[in-house]
Amino acid sequence: MSGPQELGLRLQGITKVYPGVVALKDVSLNISAGEVVGLIGENGAGKSTMMKILGGVITPTDGSISIDGKLYRGLTVAESQAAGIAFVHQELNTLDNLDVAANVFLGREKTRGRWRLIDRKAMRDAVQPLLDRVGAQFGPDMPVAALSLAEQQLLEIAKALSMDARLVIMDEPTSSLTISETNNLLKVIADLKAQGIAVVFISHRLSEVEECVDRIVVLRDGRIAGRLARDEISNDAMIRLMIGRDLKSLYTPPQAPPGEALLSVRDVRTQAKPANAANFELRRGEILGVAGLIGAGRTELAEAIFGAGGKLSGEVRVNGAPLDAGSPADAISAGLYLVPEDRKRTGLILEFPICENVTMANLRSCLRNGRVSRSRQIEVSEEQRSRLSIKTPDVRNAAQAMSGGNQQKVVLAKWLSMDPKVIIFDEPTRGIDVGSKSEIYKLMRALADRGVGVVMISSDMEEVIGVSDRIVVMRDGGISGELKRSDFSEHNILTLAVGKALEEA
Amino acid sequence: MQKKDLGLAILIIVVGAVVYLRNPLFLSPINLGNTANLVGLFGIFAIGQGFVIMTGGIDLSVGSVIALLGVLFVEMVGGYAVPWPAAVAITIALGALIGLAHGILITRFKMQPFVVTLCGLLIYRGIARGYTAEATAGFPFGASYPQLEWLTIGRSYGIPHSFIAMIIIAVVMWFVLHQSVFGRHLYAVGKNDEAARFSGIRSGFVITSAYVICSVLAAVAAIYFAMFTKSVQPSSHGNFYELYAIAAAVLGGFSLRGGEGSIVGVVLGAVLLQELQNLVNLLGIPSSLNFAVMGTVILLGVLADQQLAAYRAKKRAAQAFERLQSERVES
Repeated sequence: MSGPQELGLRLQGITKVYPGVVALKDVSLNISAGEVVGLIGENGAGKSTMMKILGGVITPTDGSISIDGKLYRGLTVAESQAAGIAFVHQELNTLDNLDVAANVFLGREKTRGRWRLIDRKAMRDAVQPLLDRVGAQFGPDMPVAALSLAEQQLLEIAKALSMDARLVIMDEPTSSLTISETNNLLKVIADLKAQGIAVVFISHRLSEVEECVDRIVVLRDGRIAGRLARDEISNDAMIRLMIGRDLKSLYTPPQAPPGEALLSVRDVRTQAKPANAANFELRRGEILGVAGLIGAGRTELAEAIFGAGGKLSGEVRVNGAPLDAGSPADAISAGLYLVPEDRKRTGLILEFPICENVTMANLRSCLRNGRVSRSRQIEVSEEQRSRLSIKTPDVRNAAQAMSGGNQQKVVLAKWLSMDPKVIIFDEPTRGIDVGSKSEIYKLMRALADRGVGVVMISSDMEEVIGVSDRIVVMRDGGISGELKRSDFSEHNILTLAVGKALEEA
Repeated sequence: MQKKDLGLAILIIVVGAVVYLRNPLFLSPINLGNTANLVGLFGIFAIGQGFVIMTGGIDLSVGSVIALLGVLFVEMVGGYAVPWPAAVAITIALGALIGLAHGILITRFKMQPFVVTLCGLLIYRGIARGYTAEATAGFPFGASYPQLEWLTIGRSYGIPHSFIAMIIIAVVMWFVLHQSVFGRHLYAVGKNDEAARFSGIRSGFVITSAYVICSVLAAVAAIYFAMFTKSVQPSSHGNFYELYAIAAAVLGGFSLRGGEGSIVGVVLGAVLLQELQNLVNLLGIPSSLNFAVMGTVILLGVLADQQLAAYRAKKRAAQAFERLQSERVES
């Protein structure tokens, strides 16, 4: 088998204009075989637009693309695939009603005989070596429904290899991976590089970018803000280029020592992880971090507490009063709010105006003479817009036109326009740019200082260590340990997360 | 009024003008009165269907409900001499019950709306035919119910009361859908059920209410139809009416995926459908082609609407690019 053909990809002066938005302006980029390029930038900087242009999903308004000396105004999906460009998206594109082999060969099924029936054996045999190349622990017959997120990602990489990919573009590939899964992925990237395959690695997790790339391209506001060679790469340099300023340290201590219990969770078991029961208490004025590996049951616990389903047994108390939430409506009337993990699915109605989203949970407060008053909705939303510095020209615009960070602020605005007692943040900064991140941390601290209970579920070590006053670590539905601020370390969290006891120092 | 509704209104006027030029009888008081009556009858339950479609669901049982409740209403008033106000109340209560059953099966037992209401279509039609043993239900010879008749088939200043009833229902439902908290919740649940639930909206209640509204309006329509036809033939009465309702809603800008549509739209949709039927009659097109004309117009209408929307989006993008280019020249 010969290696992949040498890649020569050049983007010249790429510009993309959407109604009212310039997504990319005059961007040029060259990628050669076997190099790993980090592409970073705040949300809305134009990374996804650039990737869509490379994938042939959208056509640039201006500029040219040249592949192996051939010039294009814009690519089609077929041209992009033929050129050996493959994607591993943040949101995975696997079909979980099919098995691994069927997913790899989706649309290119191997067939036999004159009736062109599916040749399962040939597909299996062809997929196995690809799975070996990415170090997958599962076989070609495995139903995708049984695979974890990380495994599905390996499947997507295997699929890229099956198409003789010369360039694999990974969009936030580690955002839902645990540390060991991330390390494995970084190893796979190094293997791809050794095989002469180019990789574009897009991530907000700068330490991972730093670890695996040869050079970095930074986008800001649709333009190239700067390029960093291998020896220039540092966390500070990247952040400076992304936001044009230095970031302060994350942790701000609370103004007052923790007070009485605001939220207590006793023996709560969930349907997803019934093996262990969770017990913890949240006190007034503190930010409680909930750490753990993906699949430890943190989101399930949060949704069970919030009444969104899946609670088997146990007791929840808010401000001392028992709360047996049969639906989120019950939790909300008790003052317990959830900022959900998947804001596009459960946090927002993307197609709706911002002001509808902000007032959705409390429309009754916008009634005038028995009618929902749009001007009152706008008033409430404007108040939150200035409070949270939500960036939008008009609160009547649809939420989907905004960047992830601003969308998350809209979810927050919904709850802050009401009267929160406890807010559970589930992965509050996933897929959000650095600038919005620090604003959300500040906001959480301000809420805690005002006496609102803040629970923050996070898989981002830097975040959970940098923001929390206290951390509980979950494993398999239960709490496997608790850490005081003085004991915070990646090592300690990870030890508890995999179910080992901490060594006494 | 939304842009979509305006476009539909213009289409109605244009079609009307064309028909009038070919056959001036179109605007004769008799023809207008008859068409208005049909618009009223079909509009009443089309509005109900709109509520269900708003949730992303569908109610296929409307025609059968109109047949079954029509049979029962005629039997109660004509056969058992139940005072008509009581019969009206019972009929509407039965409609509410049917809607409640649909809603509970769909929200509690997680059944698909298509399946639930398809079974409803078969069951209610079957009961209507079984109950009457295929005989036509009618009022006794010479019986007369002046007040009931005035309310249902009477006219004021030439305007059929069925049309007035539809307008009153449309106004009430306009407030419910476009002005009330419940209406907003309906839009939210229809667009994104999960996000609505996570915002504390009781989506099961909202969806069930939509089915109750739909079946209650079908019950009201059942009374109007029974009084209009004076007798109910259980195997054919109301056949395919659910499709008229769905067609009116789709023409009126409702999306079958849920979360989109307006009361003005569905009413205009009902108007256009009856105008087309009228067109077939007045222009001497064989009435066997009735459905073909209707289908073609709906298809073209929805196609044109979507193509236009895509074209507008493209144009906006081009304009934005030109602005950028001129900025670049200046700088």
